[in-house]
Amino acid sequence: MKPPSSIDASPYTDATQRSVAQHLGMWTFLATEILFFGGLFACYAIYRHTYPEAFAAGSARMDFWIGTLNTGVLLTSSLFMAFADHAVKLGRRETLRRCLAAVWLLGVIFLGLKFYEYHQKFVEHLVPGAGFHPDGGAAPPEQLFFVLYFAMTGLHALHMMIGLGVITWLFVRASRGTLTADRPAPVEMTGLYWHFVDCVWVFLYPLLYLVR
Amino acid sequence: MKIDAFSSRDVSADTPVNYFTRDYSLRSWLFTRDHKRIGLLYLISITFFFSIAAIAAALMRWELLTPQGDLVVSDIYNRLFTLHGVLMVWFFLIPSIPAVLGNFILPLMIGARDVAFPRLNLASWYLFMTGGLLVLYAILIGGVDTGWTFYTPYSSVYSNGHVMLMASGVFIAGFSSIATGLNFIVTLHKLRAPGLTWFRLPLFAWSIYATSLILVLATPVLAITLLLIMLERFLGVGVFDPKLGGDPLLFQHLFWFYSHPAVYIMILPGMGVVSEIIACFSRKRIFGYRIAAIAILAIAALGFLVWGHHMFVSSQSVYAGVVFSLLSFLVSVPSAIKVFNWVATLHRASIRFDTPFLYALGFLALFTVGGLTGLFLATLAVDVHLHDTYFVIAHFHYIMVGGMVMAYMGGIHYWWPKISGRLYHEWLARISAVTIFIGFNLTFFPQFILGYLGMPRRFHIYPPEFQTLNIVSTSGAVVLAIGYTLPLFYLGWSLFFGPRAGSNPWDATGLEWTTPSPPAEHNFERTPVVTQEAYDYPDLSL
Amino acid sequence: MTPASPSVFALIDGVLPSASRISPAVNAVFLALLLTSAALVAALTIAIVYFLIRYRRGSPAPRPRLKIAIWKFEATWIVGTTVVFLGFFFWGARIYLRMAKVPAGAMEIAVIGRQWMWDIRHQDGRRELAELHVPVNQPIALRMTSEDVIHSFAVPAFRLKQDVVPGKTVLAWFEATVPGSYPIFCDQYCGTKHAEMGGRVIVQTPEDYAAWLATGAGADSAETRGRALFVRYGCAGCHAGNSSVRAPRLEGLAGRDVPVEDGKIVTADDAYLRDSILLPNKHVTAGYAAVMPSYQGVIPEGDVLDLLAYLKSLASENPPALNSSAP
Repeated sequence: MKPPSSIDASPYTDATQRSVAQHLGMWTFLATEILFFGGLFACYAIYRHTYPEAFAAGSARMDFWIGTLNTGVLLTSSLFMAFADHAVKLGRRETLRRCLAAVWLLGVIFLGLKFYEYHQKFVEHLVPGAGFHPDGGAAPPEQLFFVLYFAMTGLHALHMMIGLGVITWLFVRASRGTLTADRPAPVEMTGLYWHFVDCVWVFLYPLLYLVR
Repeated sequence: MKIDAFSSRDVSADTPVNYFTRDYSLRSWLFTRDHKRIGLLYLISITFFFSIAAIAAALMRWELLTPQGDLVVSDIYNRLFTLHGVLMVWFFLIPSIPAVLGNFILPLMIGARDVAFPRLNLASWYLFMTGGLLVLYAILIGGVDTGWTFYTPYSSVYSNGHVMLMASGVFIAGFSSIATGLNFIVTLHKLRAPGLTWFRLPLFAWSIYATSLILVLATPVLAITLLLIMLERFLGVGVFDPKLGGDPLLFQHLFWFYSHPAVYIMILPGMGVVSEIIACFSRKRIFGYRIAAIAILAIAALGFLVWGHHMFVSSQSVYAGVVFSLLSFLVSVPSAIKVFNWVATLHRASIRFDTPFLYALGFLALFTVGGLTGLFLATLAVDVHLHDTYFVIAHFHYIMVGGMVMAYMGGIHYWWPKISGRLYHEWLARISAVTIFIGFNLTFFPQFILGYLGMPRRFHIYPPEFQTLNIVSTSGAVVLAIGYTLPLFYLGWSLFFGPRAGSNPWDATGLEWTTPSPPAEHNFERTPVVTQEAYDYPDLSL
Repeated sequence: MTPASPSVFALIDGVLPSASRISPAVNAVFLALLLTSAALVAALTIAIVYFLIRYRRGSPAPRPRLKIAIWKFEATWIVGTTVVFLGFFFWGARIYLRMAKVPAGAMEIAVIGRQWMWDIRHQDGRRELAELHVPVNQPIALRMTSEDVIHSFAVPAFRLKQDVVPGKTVLAWFEATVPGSYPIFCDQYCGTKHAEMGGRVIVQTPEDYAAWLATGAGADSAETRGRALFVRYGCAGCHAGNSSVRAPRLEGLAGRDVPVEDGKIVTADDAYLRDSILLPNKHVTAGYAAVMPSYQGVIPEGDVLDLLAYLKSLASENPPALNSSAP
């Protein structure tokens, strides 16, 4: 009986096979996420088609500058994530740490701005439910816009928070030196996930902030 | 030398230490990464949920013995049928073959040591149990009365049941489905033994693959739909409530976009098992193997395009109805092909009537009837009359119970020697299979007639002229219950007193039969290399 | 009881009445499906039983290799199945399209589903609960909506079923051909008393129907009720007389084209009129401010139908003054 090594105990015969499997697994997972967000995008499409004016009115109440700033922040964080992926493959530990820190920081800024925005909506009585009293009055379908706004950005923010947790863990591992060039998978997988979350935002931004 | 009584093989080389005996501690079970143990964890859980849902069905059939509501009040009846649907669909049928037999057998069948992501596999079981316990808790504190279909605005605005709790339970269990499906997809793509090309795979593997595609692509839509219901209930906003601008039909579209593919999750694995059993007990390759494999994929793909056939009278556009009807007829074609191929396999075969084969025959008969009645429902003008009646109930029970559950029972019996290392009592098992077949038909065939006569679904009271057929149906349910209870006894008995099985008691082809029974934890001493086609039985013409 | 129906359907009639104009067509395709299915099941059963016996293990039957190529079998039954299935698809779709097209001259009756009863309003204002009297051989168009959750109006004897959805009006029609009393079921689960939400359609000969009508003399018409509601709900406060609020006049509105605020033109059909009451900001008339409050949740469905009837009666520019006689 061969002594068990970490490869032996796993179902894989070699590291390449494992890496390929992990990539396929992550892409499959991202496909499920597309369907998950897709349901909300479908609702958005249908209701916007039914109530075009209400959606335009709702979108007009959104803070264009926060939304645009956040888009820039998130896109930049993706850039640093790509740098991190590159760094780990070259074995550059310090660069990897700094890039991960940058991704994390930008992610936190994004969430900070988002929660500030949510707070603003609360103050302006735009949170759907019993307290929904927009200035100047609004037709009931405008509340639907805000339901979708909170649902879509909320789900997105939840995904970001999970992503930030993973990046924190990566940062810790990078500091300990356990993220090496021969096993770049953790960073690669996280990168795929982070880019996906960014992609979702790229679709959310025009649909929520730029409707006229 | 130790000769196995059944196959007359020398089984003294069977390793005494196997996946089950190597560690008996609870910790080794609850923290296992072994796909075989995870399959057994699922087996125990789904049997538990099945029992609860079956008791609910028994109470419903008992109530329906008389036209009046004399056993339970309508509120309780409504909660019973909801509980029955929710538990049977999400906590029994959807996991059944994939999570029990798929987990246990698939890696063995493809020559792998485990699935691609063993820890994710364990996580999927914990997600499943969490969801299931939430649903049970919702039932215990009062239940839900919306039906498993949760139609709005009843479920999101009007119902006074614990909708959010039950919806969260189903939501969490959905992630278990997605994890399982993802695992199987990667496993099949990346962990096949050398030489095991796609078109050398047994049809069971194909069916698990197609099922997994549906699991990962459809379940997220259910998840978001349940989230939206919870949002509407919690906030009182008008996602589906027309009084606030919402559209109740949007719910139906979103729900059925998942739930129609879900019914293919609840039949494709059964088709895969039936293929294995028919091939083995006919000692012959499945007729038209390639077409059968392609048909499996076609069913999965087309299954995503027909959801509107649940909504022909919903007030959706008439033209949408026409398109969905056409597509529904088209998706029936590959299913019909598979039935013809199975029957053709029996031609010039060498057939033995062991218990698994009896279950496969039962599947053939009952799935065919169920599928044909699906054509009635796909026919627009006829569906207007039959929609929401007992005809529909009979149709889906013929497919899900007459089809899938028979296949599940067949698979359990077929692979029981491999899983447990024991043989069950053959004649008791055959009697059980026949009892189930008779009980099933007695229970559900009258319901086709009741539906045609107009008896609606979800009624605890009914016009007196429907009573005779209801009594026949309930009597059948008693027989069916006996049929389902017997296996618990003889399978349990076999674990302790059954004769030991060799590695291949059925003399079947397939890599899983080259391992000892039960298998060792790591499955194969050396990774096998495959050089033969699937179902490589000796040529019967020689 | 049943008039001369083809003898092959007598069996079905004995089981379930075929009491509407469309029933025979539905019966025909159902019977065809039944016979085709039975034939297929019989054929498969015979084949299976034959194979099981002849090719049981150890039987002496020869088992030579198949000489015909497998693809020929596959092609045959793929094409055969598809042709048969498509045949049934077309047949069913044609009848379904007939079901969807309300015939000219149909007598319109409003149906409101609510937990847990059917509220039926005839054109002359007569109201029935859970019962629907109709004359035989007369197409009836049911204009239906729900007050609360989704219900379904089903009359098995007529092969009729239509989900009744809150927030929209749906149209279904039937023409009863055999006098008698036929059960109505609610077919979409709608809560506690779903099973008790039944009723009966009472199909009467012309004489009996005339007699029934006569017993209801003096009932309000929908328009009359609507006029009273127009005042009671305060609509008249802005839309009639000398109001300080500038609101569009409603005379002759029904059926006319209306310019709305974003430059589009919308026809004032029933859906528009409903939305104008319940979702007034959906289409704001050009040149007017969006100040009308919504009456969603304030005006129940039955009253909305009466108001619509009243609005449609305002054909001319000079309606009778609202405070004049009239009940």
